Amino acid sequence: MNREEIIEKLKPIVEPFVNDEEAFANLTDKTNFITDLNINSANLVDIILDVEDAFSIVIDNESMEKMTDIENTIAIIQTKQAEK
Amino acid sequence: MKNRVVITGLGIVAPNGVGLDAFTNAIKNGISGIAHDAELERLKFSCQIAGTPTISEALKRKYFTELELRNFNSTGILYGVMAGLDAWKDAGLSIDINDNPDWDSGTIFGTGTSGIEKFRESIYKIDDLQTRRLGSTAVAQTMNSGVSAYLGGKLGLGNQVTTNSSACTTGTESIMMGFERIQQGKAKRMLVGSTSDSGPYIWGGFDAMKVCTFKHNQSPENGSRPMSASASGFVPSSGAGALVIEDLESAIARGARIYGEILGGNINSGGQRGEGTMTAPNSVAVQKCIVDALADANVKAEAIDYINGHLTATSKDALEIKNWSEALNRKGTDFPYINSLKSMVGHCLSAAGSIETVATVLQLYNGFIFPSINCDDLHPEISECVAVEKIPHQLIEKELNVVIKASFGFGDVNGCLILKKYAIN
Repeated sequence: MNREEIIEKLKPIVEPFVNDEEAFANLTDKTNFITDLNINSANLVDIILDVEDAFSIVIDNESMEKMTDIENTIAIIQTKQAEK
Repeated sequence: MKNRVVITGLGIVAPNGVGLDAFTNAIKNGISGIAHDAELERLKFSCQIAGTPTISEALKRKYFTELELRNFNSTGILYGVMAGLDAWKDAGLSIDINDNPDWDSGTIFGTGTSGIEKFRESIYKIDDLQTRRLGSTAVAQTMNSGVSAYLGGKLGLGNQVTTNSSACTTGTESIMMGFERIQQGKAKRMLVGSTSDSGPYIWGGFDAMKVCTFKHNQSPENGSRPMSASASGFVPSSGAGALVIEDLESAIARGARIYGEILGGNINSGGQRGEGTMTAPNSVAVQKCIVDALADANVKAEAIDYINGHLTATSKDALEIKNWSEALNRKGTDFPYINSLKSMVGHCLSAAGSIETVATVLQLYNGFIFPSINCDDLHPEISECVAVEKIPHQLIEKELNVVIKASFGFGDVNGCLILKKYAIN
């Protein structure tokens, strides 16, 4: 999957947790879930579970720790999909 | 000098009515909230009738965000938050989001257990090696203090935020604890009350103990029969009741409507000594609780106009009446009016004390006594103590001045409150 395809699939997963709509509308690779989108850190695990279901992948603890912004999230999804 | 404490807000989520208007109408008209429960039948419970509040998905969304409702299945928190926020609004208080905590307001909101459906779901996942898939709210929904934590966050409460637990005394105890906190000047205002989950996983243990009726699976509305000779066990139910209580000065300063004053009360335990056990009350302690509550409130037994009983529809009802009669030293036509809300809503377990206190306050404020249904065949030991006209089968319109409410729970624990109509001096 390329970057655009992943972002299109990622957006509806992240949207319910977003507390800064403007940052979400102007999403970039550097957008951080917590500092930019103002997502409650406890909800990151919910996003990761939904990502696992949507992309049919399993995200290990080490990768999970890195899933804090869009760029890393795309990279991890691509890596996990390649491993399948 | 202790602060005077008054009741300024009420909220209710009961099997026979959600919201004050629906509930008031139901209790005035003797409308039962007990229904056949298909899930209990499927699971082969002995008792297949129960009381569950009816709440639409649209109504839930007036209290919770879509995000909060994701993977949310804690009925106890649902009921407690609804009743709590309703009481807050009923008291004329704002639910707007402020930046700073409200240091003067807190909550003591009790429950027996929290999110038992969520707990069950989590246990299955853990045993299936899926702990990592529990999601972010398994803790908030299953911690006992979940209900007070949700309420504290929604209202921005900055005083004490906690959950008490004392079986069927829980609701009455929460009011007493909030009352004492305000009396002592440690808070100006407390949201007090209690809640209880619905469903087989909360009710199963009682079914196994054979304390629930199995004789009315085909006639649910006749199943809960407090004070009746044919009472055959309680009907399990659920819901939440909430009260905003505050110091009199604060209530007057903001021009709040005052439903009544809490004069005093008592909490004690029979220590599971004498005739008291884990499940049976020690009558010495029950009577002491009532007598000590009167002393705390500085009220004489003859001033009591009305008793809201615990009266569950088990064989212990006659003993409870005897204890009231002896503690108050009143019997026959001199016995105060008495009824049991459980005749209409069943036994709401940890929510019982608060739901029944809301019903008590509504009667005190509006001047009526609701009918105690399903007791046309009064238990003979009860009619020995109480003149039949003191147990209404039809609504009685009557001004009440001083009323008393008690709850008794597993663990041999007791709670008793004394409320008075508020008169502007």
